[in-house]
Amino acid sequence: MKSLDRTGWITVGVMLLLGVLPPFFYWIGNEFYLLLATRLVILAIAAVSLNLILGYGGMASFGHAAFVGIGAYAMGIPVYHEFYGGFSAAASTNGLFQLALSVGLSALFALITGAISLRTRGVYFIMITMAFAQMVFYLFQSLDEYGGDDGLVIEMRSELPWINLDHPLQMYLLSFVSLVVAMGVVHMIVNSRFGMVLRGAKGNDERLVTLGFNTYLYRLTAYVIAGAICGFAGWLTANFSTFVSPSMMGWGRSGELMFMVILGGAATALGPVLGAAAFILIEEILSSFTVYWHLPFGLMLIGVVLFARGGLLGMLQGRGRGK
Amino acid sequence: MSMLLEIRDLKKGFGGVTATDGVNLSLTQGELHAIIGPNGAGKTTLISQLSGALRPDAGVILFKGGDITRRPAHKRARLGITRSFQITSLVMEMSVLDNVALAVQACDGHSFRFVKPARKISHLRERAQEVLAQVGLADRAALPAVELSHGEHRQLEIAVALATGAELMLLDEPMAGLGGEDSARMIDFLKGLKGERTILLIEHDMDAVFALADRISVLVYGRIIATGSPDEIRGNAEVRHAYLGEE
Repeated sequence: MKSLDRTGWITVGVMLLLGVLPPFFYWIGNEFYLLLATRLVILAIAAVSLNLILGYGGMASFGHAAFVGIGAYAMGIPVYHEFYGGFSAAASTNGLFQLALSVGLSALFALITGAISLRTRGVYFIMITMAFAQMVFYLFQSLDEYGGDDGLVIEMRSELPWINLDHPLQMYLLSFVSLVVAMGVVHMIVNSRFGMVLRGAKGNDERLVTLGFNTYLYRLTAYVIAGAICGFAGWLTANFSTFVSPSMMGWGRSGELMFMVILGGAATALGPVLGAAAFILIEEILSSFTVYWHLPFGLMLIGVVLFARGGLLGMLQGRGRGK
Repeated sequence: MSMLLEIRDLKKGFGGVTATDGVNLSLTQGELHAIIGPNGAGKTTLISQLSGALRPDAGVILFKGGDITRRPAHKRARLGITRSFQITSLVMEMSVLDNVALAVQACDGHSFRFVKPARKISHLRERAQEVLAQVGLADRAALPAVELSHGEHRQLEIAVALATGAELMLLDEPMAGLGGEDSARMIDFLKGLKGERTILLIEHDMDAVFALADRISVLVYGRIIATGSPDEIRGNAEVRHAYLGEE
């Protein structure tokens, strides 16, 4: 914590507000804002994980919401079997088991699809990641046992030692601490030797290969880490909304995650959080006036991309260009 | 005499154009071998095949006696071959020091290390600082690479190649676009490297080539038409005709 720069102070400040304000609202009897903040924080975890590959790694994945969906179904399906029988090997309400399943399956999906997708670049990468995500989308849409298109109501939240997820404040605090940990982990990774290679390869892949780095393996590793973190966000989502449906992983959702990262400030620690916050607030405010709230949101995104290259964080720092 | 690099009957075509047409070449340990030739002779194509960026159609490349013809670029770098680029190739958004530190990191074991901040690993940073001082960029270390001048970019390009510790350096026109003073400084610098590293130098600047090279090969339309000492090449009638433009 020594010698924080301005961005560091903004980050600490915003995170302190995020840690203190929602519980305060809950305490004075306004639960709505706590729930809103919970949704924000969970979305922010997904955005933070996307930022690792999109912001720092230059991989524009248009299928990131698939990991949220996989993580969420990996939490919901064991509960379903616990309550309604069938496939007893997977039936469980044990949170740690579900968590391992969510993170493990997301990482596995990232490994398999990443190994193929990362052989491509640019637009092809965008298309292929989107295609893989849509495959999962249609898979769950066709699984009638788990509700198909209508989704699956989750009868019971994960059972964890010491933590009761039915309690809104505990749910929030777990999500918030998870976000802080996710940010810390990503921050640590991108500043490590591994991170330097990842960022270098984003800037100039040929140079890094010429130096002797197999950049494909570095990218794939980052992709799997990002998938695992996002699967964790899916597990939280399922616990928060006690409902999971294929619409959570449609390509529109992946696009929203991309919006958040770019809007907030790609390749920064706080950017994805600001982006998620802006997304939730704008959605909440604008959708109370009009169902066409995506339009002003889109205009805002265009404005940020055109006029504030560093995103919202860049604007807070008082300069138009991010690092 | 130990051969560091041997190229046998290397061939590479792009559609109807034969860019490398049966090139034979060998470099002894520690020599500075220059390749000259008119534009479009296939000089950069040759270097790209040696670095692994391009696959040859036929022929064999031996490095320290081992066949590396089909090795991917990153593995050749690990074996000790590095290149610089004619068009500056750096990570522009990173600092000058970061660029060089990445090159040092490349020859310091694998980089699947996720915990310790790379910028706080002192032996990487110190070695990078040393190399920067060597090329005269020490006072530019903290700047983003993009903010350097063209001449400084060329110096940094060499610094990055140098920092990998590679035995064989393939330098693709390090003097490209340099003015008189910068150019002279680069020549002095490369002179200082002679003997220490084996260098394959592509260069248009004839003053540089004749001042630096132990041997010179002349590449015309993908073929080597002559190899010899600077004096031999200067006196070779065929070279004068084909390349130096004299009758």
